[in-house]
Amino acid sequence: MDKQFITRGVKRCSSGKFLLWILPWVAMLIFGLYSAGLCLVKGLNQTNMDNRFAFGLWIFLDLTVIALGAGAFFTGFLLYILKMKELRAVINSAVVIGVVCYSGAMCALAVDVGQPLRFWFTFWYPNVHSMLTEVTFCITCYLTVLMIEYLPIVLKNRKLRDVPEFLVFEHELHKLIYVLAGVGTFLSFFHQGSLGGLYGVLRGRPFAFREGLAIWPSTFFLFILSAAAVGPSFVLLTSWLVQTISKKRLVKPEAMQMLGRISGLLLAVYVLLKTIDTLVWINRTSPGNGFPAAQYYAWHPFGTWILFTEIALLGMVPALILLTPKLRARTGWLVSAAAMACCGVALNRFVQTVQTLAVPTLSFDKFMTYTPSWQEVGTFLAVLAYGVLVYSFSFRYFQLFPDERELKLEVARVEEEPALVGRY
Amino acid sequence: MIASNPAIQPNPAIQPNATIQPNTERQPSRERKRAVSRYGMSIDLDRCTGCGACMVACAVENNIPPAHEGATARKGITWIRVFKVDNGEEGPARRSVFVPVLCQQCGEDTPCVHVCPQQAVEVDPATGIVGQMPERCLGCRYCMAACPYHARFFNWWDPAWPAGMEKTLNPDVAPRMRGVVEKCNFCHGRWHAAKERAAAAGKPEIEAGAYVPACVESCPTGAIRFGDLKDSASEPAVAAKDAHSFRLLEKLGTEPKIYYRSKRDWVRQVAAAPKPPSGKENARG
Repeated sequence: MDKQFITRGVKRCSSGKFLLWILPWVAMLIFGLYSAGLCLVKGLNQTNMDNRFAFGLWIFLDLTVIALGAGAFFTGFLLYILKMKELRAVINSAVVIGVVCYSGAMCALAVDVGQPLRFWFTFWYPNVHSMLTEVTFCITCYLTVLMIEYLPIVLKNRKLRDVPEFLVFEHELHKLIYVLAGVGTFLSFFHQGSLGGLYGVLRGRPFAFREGLAIWPSTFFLFILSAAAVGPSFVLLTSWLVQTISKKRLVKPEAMQMLGRISGLLLAVYVLLKTIDTLVWINRTSPGNGFPAAQYYAWHPFGTWILFTEIALLGMVPALILLTPKLRARTGWLVSAAAMACCGVALNRFVQTVQTLAVPTLSFDKFMTYTPSWQEVGTFLAVLAYGVLVYSFSFRYFQLFPDERELKLEVARVEEEPALVGRY
Repeated sequence: MIASNPAIQPNPAIQPNATIQPNTERQPSRERKRAVSRYGMSIDLDRCTGCGACMVACAVENNIPPAHEGATARKGITWIRVFKVDNGEEGPARRSVFVPVLCQQCGEDTPCVHVCPQQAVEVDPATGIVGQMPERCLGCRYCMAACPYHARFFNWWDPAWPAGMEKTLNPDVAPRMRGVVEKCNFCHGRWHAAKERAAAAGKPEIEAGAYVPACVESCPTGAIRFGDLKDSASEPAVAAKDAHSFRLLEKLGTEPKIYYRSKRDWVRQVAAAPKPPSGKENARG
């Protein structure tokens, strides 16, 4: 039915099968939109956030998806600026991931603020001292850049290529790709950093407050580094998932391993700096503010296990796996390490968002917990479903993996030599 | 340490070497040129009975709507909250104190001011009062996350008053809409009224005692006192120099303008402790 839209030389499942695949995601999206609609119409009283837990599941989601979506800018930077040609195999997929993550985060933010129609106030009355102003400006600009980067992918669609004007436009856009990659990298560095700075500057929250360089707290730099480290891991993970679900070879093993190696290297540097930062915070910053750091971990369930899990288990371990060539060469190890790295960053964002607000500052206040309402979970699921749907449609109708055709022919050859199947 | 009553043992949660910060107020590094007054408050905890009159007066004065039926203690709006704090002991050794907590009107690098992305929070250079502009607030709640005193409140519901009760609204104070943050502003409507009265009388400034927030006026024991910290004769300025005075979370360097006073050592020790002595709920109202 939709064969004329599918890229030449690649095979996609039947329309019926595709419909079956998207149906549950559409259902989830509808449920999520209903949840979000309730929050927009009836107000944020539909959530379980409160005056103490001013931030909740959605801010955690925003921080996490923006970190995971960093693969878009970082892969672009590596490919177009540092000329790592192997990454051409995943750049289109990385751009779609970026579009999905950033636009999803923006949608969740629009529901999260109390007065969404006043979003333009930040541009009209910007407070240049606020990290949130920097985040708003950079994310808006970067999402625009991502949409421009996404446009050539869309215009390369088999049917759209029949329109000569689109072809010319796509060609012209492609000429800008180096500029866009540079601008995207610049903007991403700032907003990833500012997202970390959001918490690091909170001098009233000794759990989150960090010292730093000039106006930037250490979390500014750690967020940039962690996002750059897990971005490639998430691209790797997504590529593997798409390969597994579609039962096709889409990316050459060399590209996957390169993503793993880059991710491992950056993750190792991040873990080192994060460890130093944590030690400085435990021994100087927090006690200097009159709060011994040990007290933050006296509240269950936030024991020291969370620090160990974040830094060692989901930081150091995947970094070592990804930096070991023999382990990296095995798909299971490679993918598991990438997944662990992504979970580690998600845990870091959770700690920054939830643990910061749970820990009391006044000595006579109490430790509080928070459980999101179904409306919050529904909105969270809407972003997830939206992401899967955009990616699914992009995978079906656009050429996300340029090596797919070549690998398809290779698979045909490999089928004659079964011993090579399953190896990277 | 607690010589007045040997039955009261020091709270184990309090660090033995915890010291109360000196009361001498640091001069702000960037004195605002136009600053005329620096309004502050002193709260005598030994006088506070925890009656909650200040909370009621505050709500009435500032048009805070009755709590929505779905509101919880954590979602309600109470610009001033009274905490019941005890010394951690059980039985006859147990002692309690009531601590009214409101916006501390931080004076130095005010945590909520510099985080607001659209300048909806500002320190009035003429009064030193930290103001909130609901008309400009996006409702992002970053300022709430930044406030160490949890003294900012979000309007989770549309404000609504029972039929007829809207006639009791204070015409000098605009009710806030759903989706914005609000907080104590030392009854700004009263400041405006006092300013107008002073202008009408041909006086350039508000005279001492002519401007008093509702909580101060309603306190039956006179525990809450208000005045200009620049006026050395004002009660808060006197309290600031009192050896038994302290400010909440003074160690964070936010230079709050609310001074608490208690002659009981354990009260000052609990206030200065880094960690709550127990996990139970203390807030009232």
